[in-house]
Amino acid sequence: MSATARAARAATAAALAVAAAACGGGSAADTEGVVRASWGDPQNPLEPANTNEVQGGKVLDMIFRGLKRYDPVTGRAENMLAESIETEDSQTFTVRIKDGWTFSNGEEVTADSFLDAWNYGALVDNKQVNSYFFQYVEGYEQVHPESGRPRAKKLSGLTRIDGRTFRVRLSQKFSGWPDTLGYPAFAPLPRAFFDDHDAWLARPVGNGPYRVESYERGSVMRLRPDPDYPGDDRAANDGVDLRVYTDNVSAYTDLQAGNLDVVDDVPASRLRNAESDLAGRYVDQPAGIIQTLVFPLYREEWNAEGAEKVRRGISRAIDRETITRQIFAGTRVPATDWTSPVLGRDGGHRPGLCGDACDYDPAAARKLVAAGGGIPGGRMTITTNTDTGSHRQWVDAVCHSINKALEKENACVTAPVGTFGDFRSRVVGNRMPGPFRAGWQMDYPLVQNFLQPLYYTGASSNNGGYSSRRFDTLVDRANAETDPAAAVGLFQEAERVLAEDMPAVPLWYQNGSAGWSERVSGVRLNPFSVPVFEQITVNGQS
Amino acid sequence: MGRYVVRRLLQMVPVFAGTTFLVFFMAHALGDPVAALFGDRAPDPATAARIRAELHLDEPLGTQYLLHMGGILTGDLGTAFNGRPVTELMAEAFPVTLRLTLVALVMETVVGIALGVAAGLRCGRRADTAVLAATLLLISVPTFVSGHLLQYLLGVEWNLVAPAVPTDASLTDLLLPGLVLALVSLAYVTRLTRASIAENVRTDHVRTAVAKGLPRRRVVTHHLLRNSLVPVVTFLGADLGVLMGGAVVTERIFNIHGVGFQLHQGVLRQNTPTVVGFVTVLVLVFLLANLLVDLLYAVLDPRIRHV
Repeated sequence: MSATARAARAATAAALAVAAAACGGGSAADTEGVVRASWGDPQNPLEPANTNEVQGGKVLDMIFRGLKRYDPVTGRAENMLAESIETEDSQTFTVRIKDGWTFSNGEEVTADSFLDAWNYGALVDNKQVNSYFFQYVEGYEQVHPESGRPRAKKLSGLTRIDGRTFRVRLSQKFSGWPDTLGYPAFAPLPRAFFDDHDAWLARPVGNGPYRVESYERGSVMRLRPDPDYPGDDRAANDGVDLRVYTDNVSAYTDLQAGNLDVVDDVPASRLRNAESDLAGRYVDQPAGIIQTLVFPLYREEWNAEGAEKVRRGISRAIDRETITRQIFAGTRVPATDWTSPVLGRDGGHRPGLCGDACDYDPAAARKLVAAGGGIPGGRMTITTNTDTGSHRQWVDAVCHSINKALEKENACVTAPVGTFGDFRSRVVGNRMPGPFRAGWQMDYPLVQNFLQPLYYTGASSNNGGYSSRRFDTLVDRANAETDPAAAVGLFQEAERVLAEDMPAVPLWYQNGSAGWSERVSGVRLNPFSVPVFEQITVNGQS
Repeated sequence: MGRYVVRRLLQMVPVFAGTTFLVFFMAHALGDPVAALFGDRAPDPATAARIRAELHLDEPLGTQYLLHMGGILTGDLGTAFNGRPVTELMAEAFPVTLRLTLVALVMETVVGIALGVAAGLRCGRRADTAVLAATLLLISVPTFVSGHLLQYLLGVEWNLVAPAVPTDASLTDLLLPGLVLALVSLAYVTRLTRASIAENVRTDHVRTAVAKGLPRRRVVTHHLLRNSLVPVVTFLGADLGVLMGGAVVTERIFNIHGVGFQLHQGVLRQNTPTVVGFVTVLVLVFLLANLLVDLLYAVLDPRIRHV
């Protein structure tokens, strides 16, 4: 459209009283270097140990820095506030904090800022959904008993040594433990958090490169760079406005119209055209998320002698290649192990580890299923929630693929559940009639996080009830191993046990995607698929 | 008249109790909301138990209902999972949705009745056929199609309006969403008015008025329209309630943080206080709108008397 035509149309618009002001974005002066990004209403109050989803995580990533930080590119845990974390036996760690760090209200970050925050996060009375992060610290059972009142207020494994040093004693050996400390749940908290909790929630105070300037709950949070931030990852822009969108499609449309700068959740329906819609201002990169199909091993028919053949056969009956291409436009990659590409080869990701058990081969699938005694009852359902994602579509496609491979009309049908909440309570209540969908987003980029919580006997997210002594022993040995390479080797050996037993079928690795406007550049996602806001620059601004 | 109103208001009490009861139990039928708070991870039993106790989810259903109703009567509608009181959410959402509803209602009333009268008076002629065809088209296009289409054309292609409404949502911001929301109802209002006018044009009192030599304008507005509006007002009254609560689709498309958005969020997160609180207010809106319609009958048609 020519400039005159546009001007004429704009004039018509004004004449029609279709608020011309609606097209602009507030006063120009103080918002010029500010990035406007899409946001969703956080599910829980914005406390570090109470935030386990990406919308709240986005804010915490901007306003907090912990002992470690995961490098936005490599995902490796690097020291941030930690000067050193030393251990001799992989069980007792001495943490020393760097000097000169303050919260954005001027308060100094000390050993107590960490100890108070961790004790708060672990205590059952505070109802923090991320309490389990502190489960390896000695004394966790005292402050967070399975039932009843806590028998202590503080973790006995935490000892203050001086203003900048403290000691952590774990209840078991865990050589990778320092690498978990980049998770927001381990962030330090200022006294203001404890002294006036409601005021803190209304306007959180942290120690990150941004401080919260204003927060209108449910609509917009304005973040501005903290001028006194001592870290080397200072903000390259004049601030970020996080705007709440009710739907990712309307956010995407606003981006197309130039009213928004960054969208980090491109709707599935637009993925196919995003590249051309946005003229290349689009990124699609691996995220630490794997989608699997878990078998209810607490049901006898799925756990019987020879059932592992059926489970492997089902894995071989799924045409991952076609489904990821057709339904996800290539934003998911067929999985060939139980981890994620974001870990990298050194971190423990090993494509092809699953072997031929993850290769699509209808003839082999039929043979395996028949050798294992056929699908229990001749028919199975795959249960999924249908309110989010495109779960319904891909589960239908998986069933279709299985039916075709096994040459049976109704060997597999989808069992839809209306809401995520209902689905999850049935999953954790062991009420799944057949295989079910399971998505896993890593807490920290360690191979341990993709295996132990999911497949270790009795682990917190072992929803299929898998139990293997061989697997457990290998994981224990890996955790006790001080040499990272050797630990990774042991974890991969444990993974080979999964390939034989197939308690969960690896389906695909999920990518994160983001689109941005012509106003900004330098947009990329970290391994948790959150935009690295401090690196975004506004074009034409220094 | 006064006694009639009092009787109607009293009738609302059992209706109100019954609907909240149903809504409460249906919201609970969705299942246990606590598991969803922990994402893809199994909830740790101790924390989950604490949250359940706080939400009274560990009590029998009957007790929960009584506790909840007690709360409503004392003005405490509970809290959403993100820690915000439901009353605060309402104070934010209802004014926005009310503005949206008003925009839509004004549009469908003015345009709908005007088109209906024009078509009804030209019954069977080309203009009438055109209106009939156009309204048929509007009725058959679902809101999410017209919404996305107009949003893309006006917002992205031609850059006339912002495709997403800012959170303060002034009346001018709501013109396009209001239009989208009004489209289907507008078609119904047009058709109802047209049918009613076409029928009444042939009645005795209109013929008398014309024979008396009254100006055509006065015949149409005073003798014809006033009589023909009874079915239209019934529809508009019911539509007020529908628009207030049923704008979920439009609100999502245009990023309006109104009642539809909060209800959607409440259902997805299975937050009973949000769902029950909002639906309770909507039930009240419906009941009052219906009362208003019934009272309007008497104004429009003096033969209808409420005793």
